Amino acid sequence: MSSGALLEVRNLESYYGPVMALRGVSLDVPEGSVVTVLGANGAGKTTLLRTISGVLDPEKGSVALAGEAIAGVDPDVIVTRGVVHVPEGREVFPLLSVASNLRLGAYTRSDDAIEDDLGLVLGYFPVLKERLAQPAGTLSGGEQQMLVIGRALMARPRIMLLDEPSLGLSPRLVSAILATVRRLNREQGVSMLLVEQNARQALDIADYGYVLELGRVVLDGPADRLRQSADIREFYLGGQAAGGRGERRWKRRKTWR
Amino acid sequence: MEILQLTVSGLANGCIYGLIALGFVLIYKATEQVNFAQGDMMMLGAFLAVGLGNADWLGMPFLVACAGAVAGMAAVGWSMERLVLRRIFGQSQVTVVILTIALGFVLRFVAGLVWGHEPLSLENPLAGSNARFAGLVLGLDEVAVIVVTLLLTGLLFVFFNRSRLGIAMQASSQNQLAAYYMGIPVRRIHGLTWALAGAIAAIAGILFATKGSIDPSAGLLGIKAFAAAVIGGFGSLPGALLGGLLVGLSEPFAARFIAAGYSQIIPYALLIVVLLLRPQGLFSQVMGKKV
Ligand SMILES: Nc1ncnc2c1ncn2[C@@H]1O[C@H](COP(=O)(O)OP(=O)(O)O)[C@@H](O)[C@H]1O
Ligand SMILES: [Mg+2]
Repeated sequence: MSSGALLEVRNLESYYGPVMALRGVSLDVPEGSVVTVLGANGAGKTTLLRTISGVLDPEKGSVALAGEAIAGVDPDVIVTRGVVHVPEGREVFPLLSVASNLRLGAYTRSDDAIEDDLGLVLGYFPVLKERLAQPAGTLSGGEQQMLVIGRALMARPRIMLLDEPSLGLSPRLVSAILATVRRLNREQGVSMLLVEQNARQALDIADYGYVLELGRVVLDGPADRLRQSADIREFYLGGQAAGGRGERRWKRRKTWR
Repeated sequence: MEILQLTVSGLANGCIYGLIALGFVLIYKATEQVNFAQGDMMMLGAFLAVGLGNADWLGMPFLVACAGAVAGMAAVGWSMERLVLRRIFGQSQVTVVILTIALGFVLRFVAGLVWGHEPLSLENPLAGSNARFAGLVLGLDEVAVIVVTLLLTGLLFVFFNRSRLGIAMQASSQNQLAAYYMGIPVRRIHGLTWALAGAIAAIAGILFATKGSIDPSAGLLGIKAFAAAVIGGFGSLPGALLGGLLVGLSEPFAARFIAAGYSQIIPYALLIVVLLLRPQGLFSQVMGKKV
């Protein structure tokens, strides 16, 4: 069943105690692409990323990176294989300087290109350059989001798992950050698995998208097709249904059910 | 001049409280566990040095015995994490407290079994010699305690701010989740933190035993050191040391200027005053996460 994609997830099932959070999720991230996973709060998006990065062990199913199984492997080993997870909520090291935060991204590396890569990251996020000596806890939300993406890049990953980078940021900052994500993908060749509730902006930069509901993939397709899909427009983009939106949500059944 | 003598002897005791407090805070910051066996680890470290160095025991050269005690306690600390604490990780703080108190009893029992319950002193090159300084007589052992603590503090400062492992330890104590996601081996870091706390406990124990004598119940000093750590603000390494110095200094001055018995309660009086006026401790650091 191999599709030759860089990341292949097959029939993944994950639990929190008795709570089944993933109910058989399968998806592909082809090398060099940006794939987005959309879904409302509680759909299981974070759980999916945690299971891929090894923070959570799946009950069933498989995760393969370039054909090699990584499900159930420890997170530090998975990082060295080239998968780096940028968790939701901008998890910086608050008392350490921005520079130390960035260097810690390269903790699993031992090559001598780390300082060059620091320059590369600062090229993508120039605001961080002025803040290098400042404790990361003093940065603004947008700057912290840039810092955690930059820190993840310092691991020189093959694929980055981004969990809701837009959460709580202004629309302009979100566009800027997602544009940089796309540039990193094109220019540095980092494949991206981008989890978002902000469907419109995620689909604008993605090649392919999946919609997750209650732990299942209910819809998937190329990003431009999903943008046109009536269901996506109504339920995630808040588009045509404006006006009597609340009412229509009740009346209209989603066609993928 | 009496003031200066009181200060030196208070500082020397304070250094020992400070080093034990440092062990409390190190482990707490890394693992959110409070290790009530820290004082007993200090006691065992002192006995290891006695066992390796004293003429009645193995009779090794003093510095070799010290190095052996430090390495031995690092191994003890590492094993305690590996064999016991790791298994109850994530359980309630009460479980951890009871368990570490029990571990302390075990260490006390072992020390009593091997070295007996009579006070022993650590034979050392400085024992009994005094430094005369501007008409003042200072115990060389007390001066040595202060100097060694200063050196160790400097060493730890460089370690935590310059070395890759030290920075990773700080990182994983500030945000364990993020450390985990960055591929920092958090569990191994917990083990190494316990090893470091064990090594520091051994140094504190050696200093303690060069100044006086050691017996298996000496670890009860850990309670005073715990008060010092709280006074300093439980999350801060410099705070732990300064809290220790404050407690150490308070004792001889209370004994001299109030009455002899007051040195026993002054640390706890300080603790209560600090907790009432500044519950986060004197030197606590604040962390912020912007939304
Ligand atoms: N630590 C946890 N313990 C128990 N249940 C959890 C935990 N984290 C998430 N869940 C549950 O798992 C489901 C999926 O959550 P999550 O993956 O965080 O969703 P999303 O990221 O899409 O908002 C939800 O029903 C949530 O309540
Ligand atoms: Mg989530």
